Amino acid sequence: MELNELKHLEEKANTIRRITIEMIGKLGVGHVGGALSIADVLAALYYKYMRVDPANPKWVERDRFVLSKGHAGPALYAVLADKGYFPFEWIDTLNQPNTNLPSHCDRLKTPGVDMTAGSLGQGLSAAIGMALGARIDRLPIRVYALIGDGESQEGQIWEAAMYAPNQRLDTLTVFLDYNRMQIDGTTDEINCMDPLADRWKAFGWQTIQIPGHNLKAICNAIDIALETKGKPTMIILDTIKGKGLSFAEGKVSSHNMPLSQDQVLQALQELGGGSHV
Amino acid sequence: MFEGIEMRQVFGETLCTLARTDPRIVVLEADLMKASGTTPFKEEHPERFFDVGVAEANMIGIAAGLANMGKIPFATSFTPFATRRAFDQNTISVAYSNLPVRIGGTDPGVTAELNGGTHMSFEDAGIMRGLARMTIVEPVDSYQLVQFIHQSLDLEGPVYLRMYRKNKTQFFREKDSFVIGKNVTIQEGTDGTIIASGIMLSLAMEAAQNLEKEGIRPRIINMHTLKPVDKQSILSAARDTGAIVTAENHSILNGWGSAVAEVVCEEHPIPMRRVGVRDHFGEVGKIPFLLEKYHMTSVDITKALKEVLKKRS
Repeated sequence: MELNELKHLEEKANTIRRITIEMIGKLGVGHVGGALSIADVLAALYYKYMRVDPANPKWVERDRFVLSKGHAGPALYAVLADKGYFPFEWIDTLNQPNTNLPSHCDRLKTPGVDMTAGSLGQGLSAAIGMALGARIDRLPIRVYALIGDGESQEGQIWEAAMYAPNQRLDTLTVFLDYNRMQIDGTTDEINCMDPLADRWKAFGWQTIQIPGHNLKAICNAIDIALETKGKPTMIILDTIKGKGLSFAEGKVSSHNMPLSQDQVLQALQELGGGSHV
Repeated sequence: MFEGIEMRQVFGETLCTLARTDPRIVVLEADLMKASGTTPFKEEHPERFFDVGVAEANMIGIAAGLANMGKIPFATSFTPFATRRAFDQNTISVAYSNLPVRIGGTDPGVTAELNGGTHMSFEDAGIMRGLARMTIVEPVDSYQLVQFIHQSLDLEGPVYLRMYRKNKTQFFREKDSFVIGKNVTIQEGTDGTIIASGIMLSLAMEAAQNLEKEGIRPRIINMHTLKPVDKQSILSAARDTGAIVTAENHSILNGWGSAVAEVVCEEHPIPMRRVGVRDHFGEVGKIPFLLEKYHMTSVDITKALKEVLKKRS
């Protein structure tokens, strides 16, 4: 990968974080931590890998993305707003009455959202169904899904984990946001999921574990997924909850936190660059 | 045409035939392919058949994903597992997402027979009724089933199909036509109305024959669609006949009786009785034994009708 492209993706990750903060800041409260921890992978997907057309969000031959940890919706909305799926001003409407940007992703409301999610554990099954549907119609597309670590405590994740390799679904690539935190504490203390990579490997997935905020590593892992035949790929992203915000980073409380205007200004200063709104 | 043929065979073969010309149709199973009668589909359309194993939540979730790609998935299991076991998937991945999954539930109510209480759901249609956008139909026989399958292909949202898979007897004739959401008047009458669904329709007819001997002629209605409820048919019955008995192979809570009572209470209150399962779990037993034990026989329906007629002003 060329240095320019890497720099561009890093800037986009930063943009996603900035818009996310502005969006949640406008409302004053939201799922800050888990949205910020996925900004880098979203940058790689939407600004390098996924074949999508913001002017035609229902394009049949587009790649699909399922944000199974639907509470990170604001990070996805930031991408979609930046790419022009909808008027940028919409970001001011997050969780406001009659909004098209609800706290959790809704395929019926937001142009560019491919699947509804929010009740945890369900998106991976849907992504499998989407990859199978594409296979039946011989559509040359990829399906990407992003699941949470706390979410992986849901049994349905493992039902789905068992089935995708049995279907040899090599068009499916799944990311796991391993920030090691959930609402009630760290995943280690609540319901530890290690050895996480070994578990996915044992289920038959091509499994790669990488530093989740390193865009070069993310792109390398996706490149491997694209070349892998006969099995789906799981990319475990070692991430930091609240990444990019000094007062939220690595804090369990960042899952759903209030954000004052002072904090928004501080956050934008830390992230650098001009305001988007 | 279908006399002596099990409903599940008609179900599987209908899907097989439709799939030849409709590429949208796909079938999902959770290790009950033989019970659902979809084995022929697997043989004829293997690339469009997915048996996920014993994992109903995953089955419904995958069905939602397939529907999201323009497919019309038929995902089937026994009624408790198709609905209750995967209820949040039915809710969020299917109904809230407004995806056209056709959820098949077989062995409704007492027809689960010797599988007993664990497999005998009396609440399946009731919980599904609480879901916005969900259409719920219970075909009496295979003639209704085939028409409902065809019509379901044109519905935008999800559908729950409640099927007595082992049923071999046909109540209707091949030329009869049915529309999802429109009740069928089986017999005209003015001495109250019996509204019945599924296996209870033939019991309602038995009751009608008994009542006829005493000069009582109720209207008989088949309410094959629990949702959306056919208000007009219920209100006409209330106005014209002044009393209603419902008969359902389901709990009287949240099912057919409840749906009718809601319409009647709000729009045209008249005396009513609900014949059905009275808030208890199932158990092993053959259908006649269970109907008798749960007070759901034609005699119970007859008695209920006489009671409401007495209360009629």
